Amino acid sequence: MEIEYRKLGLKVGLEIHQQLDSKFKLFCSCPTKLAPENVKYREVTRNLWLSKSELGEIDPAALYEIARGRKIVYRIPEGHACLVELDEEPPHDINREALVISLSIAKALNARPVDEVYVMRKIVVDGSNTAGFQRTAIIALGGSIEDEDGAVGIQTIALEEDAARKIAEESDYVVYNLDRLGIPLIEISTAPDIGTPEQALRVAYRIGLIMRLSGKVKRGIGTIRQDLNISIESGERIEVKGVDKLELIPKVITYEVLRQLSLLDIREELRRRRLKPEDISEFYIDVSEVMKDCRSRIIKTSLDRGMKVYALPLPGFKGILGREVCSGRRFGTELSDYAKAWGSVGGLIHSDELPAYGISEKDLESLYKYLGLNGDRDAFILIVSDYERADRAFKAVINRLKYAFIGVPKETRAANPDGTTRYLRPQPGAARMYPETDILPLRVDESILREVEKIAIPRPEDVLRILVEEHGISRELASQLIRDPSLHLYLDLVEELRDITSPQIIASTLIVHMKSLKRDGIEVDRISYIDLVKILSAVGRGEIAKEVIPEAIKVVVSGSSFEDFLESRRVLSVEELEKIVEEAIKSNADLVKSRGFERSIGLIMGKVMSVARGRADGALVNTLVRKKLQEFLTP
Amino acid sequence: MVDVRPGDFIRVVKKGGLVVEGVVLPSTEFTSEKHLVVKLSNGYNIGISLDDAVIEVLAEKYTKPVVSEEFREMSIVRGSGSLKIGFVSTGGTIVSKVEYETGAVKPALSASDLVEFAPDFRELSSELVVVDFMRKLSENMTPEDWSHISEEVGRHLKAGVDGVVVAHGTDTMSYTAAALAFSLRNLGNPVLLVGAQRSSDRPSTDALYNLKACPIVVRDAPFAEVAVVMHGTTDDLYALVHRGVRVRKMHSSRRDAFQSINDIPLARVYIRERRFELLNRRFLPRTRSSDIYVLNKFSNKVSVVKSYPGIDCEIFDYLADRGYRGVVIEGTGLGHVREECVESIKRATDSGVVVAMATQTIFGRVDLDVYTTGRKLLKAGVVPVDDMVPEVAFVKLSWLLGNFPEDGPAEIKLKLVSNMANEIGNSQSLEVFPRWYHGD
Repeated sequence: MEIEYRKLGLKVGLEIHQQLDSKFKLFCSCPTKLAPENVKYREVTRNLWLSKSELGEIDPAALYEIARGRKIVYRIPEGHACLVELDEEPPHDINREALVISLSIAKALNARPVDEVYVMRKIVVDGSNTAGFQRTAIIALGGSIEDEDGAVGIQTIALEEDAARKIAEESDYVVYNLDRLGIPLIEISTAPDIGTPEQALRVAYRIGLIMRLSGKVKRGIGTIRQDLNISIESGERIEVKGVDKLELIPKVITYEVLRQLSLLDIREELRRRRLKPEDISEFYIDVSEVMKDCRSRIIKTSLDRGMKVYALPLPGFKGILGREVCSGRRFGTELSDYAKAWGSVGGLIHSDELPAYGISEKDLESLYKYLGLNGDRDAFILIVSDYERADRAFKAVINRLKYAFIGVPKETRAANPDGTTRYLRPQPGAARMYPETDILPLRVDESILREVEKIAIPRPEDVLRILVEEHGISRELASQLIRDPSLHLYLDLVEELRDITSPQIIASTLIVHMKSLKRDGIEVDRISYIDLVKILSAVGRGEIAKEVIPEAIKVVVSGSSFEDFLESRRVLSVEELEKIVEEAIKSNADLVKSRGFERSIGLIMGKVMSVARGRADGALVNTLVRKKLQEFLTP
Repeated sequence: MVDVRPGDFIRVVKKGGLVVEGVVLPSTEFTSEKHLVVKLSNGYNIGISLDDAVIEVLAEKYTKPVVSEEFREMSIVRGSGSLKIGFVSTGGTIVSKVEYETGAVKPALSASDLVEFAPDFRELSSELVVVDFMRKLSENMTPEDWSHISEEVGRHLKAGVDGVVVAHGTDTMSYTAAALAFSLRNLGNPVLLVGAQRSSDRPSTDALYNLKACPIVVRDAPFAEVAVVMHGTTDDLYALVHRGVRVRKMHSSRRDAFQSINDIPLARVYIRERRFELLNRRFLPRTRSSDIYVLNKFSNKVSVVKSYPGIDCEIFDYLADRGYRGVVIEGTGLGHVREECVESIKRATDSGVVVAMATQTIFGRVDLDVYTTGRKLLKAGVVPVDDMVPEVAFVKLSWLLGNFPEDGPAEIKLKLVSNMANEIGNSQSLEVFPRWYHGD
C-alpha cells in the first residue's frame, strides 16, 4: 500500500545520542572505555527513594518494583568507575574536552553556543543513574541541517552523561555495570520538520556523518542511539526510543504510521458496532476451574505453581483483538504490551487467536459458555498469573481498551529489531528537571571557542573531494557514496583495510554489488561486518578475484562459512594455470595443429576458463595460453 | 537595557544569531555578573550574557522572591505504634529541600514531610513531637548552640519521651553529639543524632535510610547514650549506631563517613527487616527514667592546636595572653609537640590554662612517658587524654570549664581524664583499627 505521508501530515523529529570519544568521563577522570569481561569488580547494593512529586521518565513496572523496594546492584569494574559514579563524591567540573567536541559539532550544525552552561538534573529512578538523576546541559541552540526536501531545524544540542549499563534483571533486583555511567553523550534534537521516512533517514545519516567526520566520537555498537518523535495529523505524537540502526528509521516510521491508521480504523469499527467505553467490564473472572483439564502447558504449569487463570469478557469485540495494526502485530499484541509493562505478567491470550497454545476448540467453547458469551460475536482476554499482578495487568488493559474509542494513546514506545515498536510507558509530563547545585555554571569564553575553532569538521561537500582525491575512487561512485548511508561502513572498511584493499573495490562492493544483490532479493543487510572484512581482504590479498565478491556475499548471507567458499574459489597460481593450459592443449592437440596459432587461442581460452573462471584473471590466462601455444606449435 | 525581573518571560536576540525564549530566574550565588539565567520551556536552564543582546519582555510575571517560611515551632503527629519520640530539627543536609526552579537548597523539613519520608516514625510511635528548632548548617554551630540544643533535648526527655532524634548537619555532628553526651546528666533513654551525606531531594539520598533506623533504635536499644545514626557501608545495607563520644566523620563525602574511633559501634540496624543488633557490650544502660538534668554551659575559651613541624611556639603564649582557659593539642604520634614549645606551654599552665594532649594519629592512645619530650610536657603540666578523640577532648574541656567554675585547673584536669560517658579508657583490641585496602 502506498502511504501518502504528506497528506497524512506526517511530522518526524529526531533525537540523536552519540557517545563522544573524550579521554575522560563527563564529570570525573575515569576512562570512557567499557570494562573487559574479565576485569576484577566489586558490587554495591542500593535502593532509590521516590517522592510522589518526583516522578519523571520511568517504566510503570520499574516504578512499581522500586516502590516495593527492589534492590539495585551496582557493579564497579576496577579502573572504570570511581566514587563519583557511585554517588559517593560530588561530580567534578564538566569535562572540557567533551564540551569542546560537542560545541564543534554544534558549530557544524550551524547552532549557536549558549553563553553559560548550566548542568541540570533530570530525575530517572530505574536505577540506571546512581544518583537517581541524569546530568544534562544545553550547550547550543538553533541551527539547521540541509536536505533536498528543505532544511530541517535543530532545536537543542545537549551534553549529558550516559547511563549505567543494565546487565541482569529479575523482579526483585537489577544489576547495572557502572563503566558506561558518565561517558559523555551529545544529544541533538531536530525540529519536527521531517515529512517522509526517507527524509528522516537522510537527516539522521547526515547528522551522523557530521559527528563522525569530527573524528571525536565513539564508533561501534551502542555508541549511537536514535529516538524518534512521530505524529500524523489525525493521530498522536509518539516517542520511539532506542532505534540503534540507521537503516531501521524509515521502517519504524512507516510501521508507526500504519499502526496509528489501524488504531483509527479500530475506533471506527467500534463506533460502527455501537460499542461504548462503558460496555467494557471492569471485572475479570477466575476461570481456573474451567481450565483445570486444559492441555496447554503454560496453563498447566502455572496452575500447578498456585497461579490462577483470569478472564476478562469483552462482549461485541469478536475480531477486534485479532486485527493487525502493523507487520505481525495485532491489537491484542498492543494490549499484551500493557499487561506486561504494568503487571509484569508474561503477556495475555485473547480469543481471536484461539484455539492455540494447547487451548483446544473444546476449552474455548467451555470458556465462552462459562463466561456467558457468544462465540460468534464476543471476545475475551486471559491472563495467567497471581492475583496481584493480574489485577495490575487487567487495570492497564481495561484503560487501554477504553482508549480505543478515543484513538491513539500518547505513549513512549521502544523499537523492536524488526522495525515495529512496543509500548514502554506513558509519556512523562514536563521534564522533571532542576539545577545540579554541585557544579558551578561554566562560561563559554574565548579560550573555549578558540579550542572549538581548532576542530575543523569537513562538510559533507568536502567528503566528495576526499573520496576522489585521497581515496582515488571514481567521481561517479564517490557522488553516489556520499549520499548513501553505507558511507559510514565504507569509511570503517577503508580504515580497517588500509594498504590491503583498494577503496575503489570497497566502494563498488557497497554501492554496486550490495545494491544489486538486494534488488535480487538477497538479504544483504544480514552480512556481518567481520564477514565483509574477510571477503574484501581476501580480494585485496589476491586470494579471490574481485569478480567473485557478489557470489561470496551471497554464500555468506545464506549461512555458509566464508572459509569453505574461499577454499573452493582460491585464485590459481601461475604454475597451476600453466598446467591447466598445457592439459587443454594436449587434449586438443590435433585440433590445435590443424587450426594454427591465431585460431586456436579462442578455443583453448574457452577450455581453460571453463575450469578457472573466477579463480584466475582473464588477461593472465590469455598470456599463458599464447605462451604455451607458441611453445607447442614451435618445433 | 530593558528592566528584567525574575519571573518575566523574555526573548533574547544575540548579535551572534542566538535566539532564546524563556523565564528569567532569580540570581543566586552562582550567577555571573551581566548574565541572566533563563529557564527554557523544556526545563533546561542556560546562561545568557547581556553583551550584544536585545531583550524583549514578552510577559511580565514578576514574582516576589519567596521569603523563607516561618518557623513552625512544634507539631505533633499521632501514630499507630507505642513509642513517644521527640524530633528536634537543627538544620543541615538531612532537612534541606531543594527549590526546583532555582536549585536553591533550604533547610526546612516539616513534620508531615518527615512522616511522608519515613513512615516508620508514624508506624512505630504513638506520639511524635516535631520541633523545627533551628536551621543551621553545622559548620556554623557554636558552643552556644550546643547549650540550646541540649536544653531542648532535655525538655523532651523530662516530658517522658522514649527517645529523642536530633537532625543535624554532618560536618560538626560529632561535636554536638559529644556536647549532648556530657550535658545531659542521668540520661535514661537514647538520644540519636542523624544526618545525611546526600541531600533528600535526590532519589539516592541516604537521609531516609538513616531516618528510618532511628525509631527502631528508640524501640530496641538497651542503652541510654547519645549516639550518631548513619550508614554503615556504601551499600544501603545497614545503619550503624555510634557512641556520640567515639564517633568521627572520616570521609568528606561518602555515606559511610561516620565511624567509631578506638571503639566498636554500639549497634547495627537492618532497615528492611527492622532488626536491631547490639554490637557493643559496654554501654550506659537504659533506665527509662526521666529524672534527667541538664548541665549545658560551654566555655568558648577553649582552642585546639594541631602540632606541625616548626610550629610557632608563640601560639601558646598568644592563647594564654588572650584569656584562653583550655587548649587541646593534637600532638604528633604518642602526643608530642616540638621541644622548644615546652617553655611556652609551661607558661600557659602556670597561668591556669588547662593544656590537654590528644593525638593527630586519631587512632591509638596518647603516652607521654615514653620519650623525653613527652616527659617534659608532663612536667610542664600537660594532661594526656589517653584514647579520647581530640574533638571530644575539646568539647569535654569546654563543658568542664563552663559548668564547674569553682574548680581549679587540677580538678578540671582530673575530671577531664575521668570517664563520664565511655569516652576514655577503652581496652584497645586488635580489631578496632580499620583494615585498609592493600590492593587485593
